[in-house]
Amino acid sequence: NRWRKLRFLLLFNRQGKLRLQKWFVPTSDRERKKVIRDMIMLVLPRQPRTCNFLRWKDLKIVYKRYASLYFCAGLEEQDNELLALEVLHRYVELLDKYFGNVCELDIIFNFEKAYFILDEFLMGGEVLETSKFAVNVSMEQADTLQE
Amino acid sequence: MSPSVPLQEMIRAIRSARTQCEERGVIQRECAAIRAQFRQTDNGGRSHNLAKLLYVHMLGYPAHFGQMECVRMIASPRYSEKRVGYLGAMMLLDEKQDASLLITNSIKNDLSHSNQYVQSLALCTLACMGSAEMCRDLAPEIDRLLRSSNSYIKKKAALCAVHIVRKVHDLGELFVPSARSLLSEKNHGVLHGAVVLITELCERSPETLERFRKTVPDLVQIMKGLVISGYSPDHDVAGVSDPFLQVRILRLLRILGRNNEAASDAMNDLLAQVATNTDSTKTVGNAVLYETVLTVLDIKSESGLRVLAVNILGRFLLNNDRNIRYIAMTSLQKIVSTDHNAVQRHRGTIVDCLKDQDASVKRRALELSLALVSASNIRSMMKELLIFLSSCPPELRAQAASGIFNAAERYAPSKRWHIDTILHVLTTAGGDVRDETVPNLIQLITNTSELHCYTVHKLYRALFTDISQQPLVQVACWCIGEYGDLLLKGECQETEAVQVTEDDVLDALEIVLQSHMSTPTTRGFALTATMKLSTRITDNVDRIRSIVSIYGSCIDVELQQRAVEYNALFKKYDHMRAAVLERMPVIQKNSLGQTNGELSEEPMKESQPGKVKQEETALPPQPAGQAQVVDLLDLLGGSQEPLQPGSSVGGSASTHLTAAPTSAGGDLLDLLGGFEPTPLAPAPTVTVYEKNGVTLTLSCEQQSESGLTVTLTASNSTDSDISGFTLQAAVPKSVQLQMRAPSRDSLPAHGGAKLTQLVVLNNPNKVNLKMRIRVSYTCQGSVVQDMVQVDSFPGL
Repeated sequence: NRWRKLRFLLLFNRQGKLRLQKWFVPTSDRERKKVIRDMIMLVLPRQPRTCNFLRWKDLKIVYKRYASLYFCAGLEEQDNELLALEVLHRYVELLDKYFGNVCELDIIFNFEKAYFILDEFLMGGEVLETSKFAVNVSMEQADTLQE
Repeated sequence: MSPSVPLQEMIRAIRSARTQCEERGVIQRECAAIRAQFRQTDNGGRSHNLAKLLYVHMLGYPAHFGQMECVRMIASPRYSEKRVGYLGAMMLLDEKQDASLLITNSIKNDLSHSNQYVQSLALCTLACMGSAEMCRDLAPEIDRLLRSSNSYIKKKAALCAVHIVRKVHDLGELFVPSARSLLSEKNHGVLHGAVVLITELCERSPETLERFRKTVPDLVQIMKGLVISGYSPDHDVAGVSDPFLQVRILRLLRILGRNNEAASDAMNDLLAQVATNTDSTKTVGNAVLYETVLTVLDIKSESGLRVLAVNILGRFLLNNDRNIRYIAMTSLQKIVSTDHNAVQRHRGTIVDCLKDQDASVKRRALELSLALVSASNIRSMMKELLIFLSSCPPELRAQAASGIFNAAERYAPSKRWHIDTILHVLTTAGGDVRDETVPNLIQLITNTSELHCYTVHKLYRALFTDISQQPLVQVACWCIGEYGDLLLKGECQETEAVQVTEDDVLDALEIVLQSHMSTPTTRGFALTATMKLSTRITDNVDRIRSIVSIYGSCIDVELQQRAVEYNALFKKYDHMRAAVLERMPVIQKNSLGQTNGELSEEPMKESQPGKVKQEETALPPQPAGQAQVVDLLDLLGGSQEPLQPGSSVGGSASTHLTAAPTSAGGDLLDLLGGFEPTPLAPAPTVTVYEKNGVTLTLSCEQQSESGLTVTLTASNSTDSDISGFTLQAAVPKSVQLQMRAPSRDSLPAHGGAKLTQLVVLNNPNKVNLKMRIRVSYTCQGSVVQDMVQVDSFPGL
């Protein structure tokens, strides 16, 4: 029963503090906590120059570290890990453009914006918009609607 | 877009808490405030409140009380409130919650909102957490939006439709027409969404797939446009134009081309073009190449294209980027059975990857290497694998060891190589092998009689190098016990022999017995081996006696039981000791995991005379035994063929006697019980031979219609001991003969003890029974051989 391209996307720092969690399949609170714990335990001990791909249960895990944050995605069996790395990279670029030299604090204090940007880039576990500029334009325009 | 000050203040307050306890205090206070705010009517700060709650939720604290607030916020006319409300719904609600039903109406309304950003919120939420009912309810609306002129809405509607189809498969039919028309869009976002939707529809329904096959030319066109187009700033990623779209199209082509010649043909050229033109210096290009390779290998592609694809994987293997090497190996693993030869060409690179630093890459390389082992490359591959085993990470050892064993078993070029390989593995990774390795190895060793000497010498040396690897120690003990005589001889053709004395060997076994590193099983092996040596050595039998009696009071029950039984073997049943501790018969290779225990049930059936024909291989694999076949042929001349030279030279393997299994003592007891000393035959006894003080008497007993048991008893009335006493018998062709092992192989002087041997005959044709018996023994240093023919049997 094939599900989505991405099952989940997590952002956490080196101390294991969660900064963002997006779930693309219905997951109960308890399962979410377990997955988060497992991902943190799996990814944090990884050495710097090792492979960015892991296996966990029936999923492929793709992770990349950007400064103090780990971006961690859970993929389907048949999915293209190399492209998943590109997806993670694209998201970082979008955050960077929006916040200007984004750092972890931006994502802490403006977490809802991080979610809004994500929702303009991915939907239902699939890539929604492939153009960087289009995403940024949408964000700017939506922001102007805020009262 | 002013940041939410109240939110940020709260965040700051939480972060400044120094302990978990303090943080909990802050959170509790804040939550109380938030709850209070929720109860108030519209106050303009509602979105900030909910945002605060969502932050608290992300830290892991409960936030259920915010669910209704989300519902209220979604229904608000203010965009900022809707925005946070929908976000809250996606974070706090899922389709299982009752509250999610309440937002269905809001979503429905917002889908037709005049502002596209409001529509987009609704679409996004529906695609995230829409339940089956919501999907059924809103599907027509989504289909309508798919036909809108607004690209922004269309692309979101497309992915929303994907979610709907996943939730309610039947609704797929509804979206087919719109999906088809979306393929002519120019907007990449819409195109991407369309491709994803079509992929989903095709995967769900074979009929739909058939219909969409017609789109292959269109898809090929679009891809071509992307690949050869000039630089497009909107979609360029490191020189590749819209890699996300390219990959999705390739995936759709894969589904459409699978099992279909025509479709595969139509995309052949394109795939070749993508494979050759895509820039592979950056990850993004490789992502596209990877998808191309997967597609080529999955459809009915031309062989040239397949080779191209495998070569791309081969190039990946040489890439500096670890991720790419990893990918290459996973892909090669998938095709190693179908395109074996193509993958073999890259064997060298794959084997090199065994030395990679990264554990994931190593694991893949191991799996792939094991899959590539074949009869032609077994020697070189095994060398590499053994090197790998000695330095591989601990979590891969068990897999490597068992993979090596399988490969060795299938392709071993020679027995000696096979044994050497197993020994090597036991020395390097003894702790990680499976339990059945020990009996399997023992079976292999018994089957390789020509290497008994070599094996025991090698194992003896290995024992001294490392006494901690239990499987190795167990096999070493077993071999020393079995072939101790070969060890003591001090000469070996195949390898440099160790020069040891009996004391040295017993020392070694005692070290194992006493070492704290030895498991109870290992100590059992060692004790049994020590016991076996009592018939293979000459001087130090007393030492063995004392070792065995010490362990009679050992705390370990298993050892104690063995020791007590062996003690009994020394005392009460000494005449049987030689027989019991003889060489083991060749263990039949039944299946993995079966031990010698199987044989103990049916000793007679194992060595049916019918099996023991003139073939030398069927005989006990001892050179001595074979010599006797020849002799016996000479013995009986031309008239009667000696059908069953039932020989049982003391110490050589006998196919008759059930050698005691080295495991549970229960069998040993059965054995002792089954063998009564000289069955007191009521049948008359007749002396058949009497010379030089050696007397041989014969008595027989009819067991059945054609079955007959003959008992031969020998005694020695001279002044000197007789050793190496053996009897051989031959009977007419149609009579079947089986000789049981003698009760002893020596005759003390002055009739100190008698030797008994049972011979079981089967005379189905009821021919005239005759028997030729050859006697041979050593007395006062000289060998005596004699023969007697028995023509009449008493009692018959």
